[in-house]
Amino acid sequence: METHGLQEILSGHRFFADLDPALCALVAGCGRNVRFEAGDYLFHEGEPADRFFLLRHGRVAFEVTAPGRGPLRFLTVGEGEVVGVSWLVPPYRWNYDAKALETIRAIALDAKCLRDKCEADHHLGYELMKRFVPELVRRLHATRLQMFDVYGQHG
Amino acid sequence: MAEPVAVGDPMLPKVAEVVARRRELADTWTIELVTEAQGLLAFRPGQFNMLYAFGVGEAAISVSGDPAGADRLIHTIRDVGKVSAALAGLKPGARLGVRGPFGSAWPVEAAVGQDVVVMAGGLGLAPLRPALYRLLAERQRFGRIALLYGTRSPSDILYAKELARWRAQLDLQLEVTVDHAGTDWHGHVGVVTSLLPRVVFDPARTVALLCGPEVMMRFGALALQDLGVAPGAIHLSLERHMKCALGHCGRCQFGSQFVCKDGPVASFAKVGRLLTIKEL
Ligand SMILES: Cc1cc2nc3c(=O)[nH]c(=O)nc-3n(C[C@H](O)[C@H](O)[C@H](O)COP(=O)(O)OP(=O)(O)OC[C@H]3O[C@@H](n4cnc5c(N)ncnc54)[C@H](O)[C@@H]3O)c2cc1C
Ligand code: FES
Repeated sequence: METHGLQEILSGHRFFADLDPALCALVAGCGRNVRFEAGDYLFHEGEPADRFFLLRHGRVAFEVTAPGRGPLRFLTVGEGEVVGVSWLVPPYRWNYDAKALETIRAIALDAKCLRDKCEADHHLGYELMKRFVPELVRRLHATRLQMFDVYGQHG
Repeated sequence: MAEPVAVGDPMLPKVAEVVARRRELADTWTIELVTEAQGLLAFRPGQFNMLYAFGVGEAAISVSGDPAGADRLIHTIRDVGKVSAALAGLKPGARLGVRGPFGSAWPVEAAVGQDVVVMAGGLGLAPLRPALYRLLAERQRFGRIALLYGTRSPSDILYAKELARWRAQLDLQLEVTVDHAGTDWHGHVGVVTSLLPRVVFDPARTVALLCGPEVMMRFGALALQDLGVAPGAIHLSLERHMKCALGHCGRCQFGSQFVCKDGPVASFAKVGRLLTIKEL
């Protein structure tokens, strides 16, 4: 019952829009609904990246702590977006902290469960790649622009 | 409508006096000028003046005040070098030379009946502010209006009080993002294009106005185009070093055009390709 409900939520989520219902059911089998309150951490830097999140409500801030500067926020994401990509590639470890800025409702997907399913069904793996790679490229590109400090002296 | 142009000898600066000066950011000041000279106060949103700090030099500075019924000239200046430092440092009572107004304007009239997306980056909010004043003053003539503003950090947010006032306005979609922030900032962090999914507009009937660092405008324009906004409906404000501001000296040449005369405001359809040529 839970899986069925999750499947519906997943197919309505921007990230999994247009995913074949049979594959969606496979993904849903690795998921569960989660909730975080403002100020909670979804995960911390250095911890195993054993799941990722599809946000249904609320915003999450990504932070890194720089010595002598305290935590630095470098990205916020919200409804319809995904939190966590480190689960995809070894060593499956988070590289930053993810903090709830508001009450968060999300679907947490178990990374090992999903990786195993992708290994067994490459079609599912390919569908996931098609969704994650553009996200990764977008974030890489955005990070590059942030690094350029385009608003500096010559902005 | 033709752009207001400099009256009299356009190479001869007219004298104006600073009557107010406000610190906006650590390196950015707004000065208000009064002048008895003819023709300086009639400008259109997006146009600029050549401000002359006596004995130091001249710089192109956009007008950042409201064009309607203006009795003073308002300019926001970031101190980046010799001339801008001298201009930003002018205190009430000080005098300076002004030539202008010059250049093309934001197509506010062409946006009537359309949705309007205003995308500003850093100090780029200053040249857009006159257009925003006009859009908001005649709010009912336009469809949805979205203002997306990106800047470096929370302490670099220009016109913060005005943004707060606009945020309270229910018929303006306003989103602000910064490149990085401390944990005391509860707003968005990320590039300005990441704000696009957060606002509602109909790409097929949208006019977009972009001003900020060129890299930001380039990627902002492409993101809007990807969403379906026509390149001819996307307008950018270009920045090049200037000298005469009259299309004579060639200092501001950009491809076959002069930014001072054909610009600074130009459509992405016209200048998009040129923006990727490194030599320009
Ligand atoms: C149409 C137009 C509108 C402008 N509006 C404003 C405005 O509203 N407020 C404002 O503060 N500035 C504005 N500028 C930019 C302003 O003209 C320059 O910052 C100023 O000329 C710098 O002169 P300076 O002697 O202080 O600096 P310089 O000593 O000449 O330069 C300092 C540093 O800034 C760089 N630089 C100087 N001018 C430019 C430029 N035009 N583009 C890119 N890099 C430059 C130089 O390469 C140098 O590294 C505008 C420019 C144009 C063309
Ligand atoms: S500044 Fe002389 S041609 Fe533009």
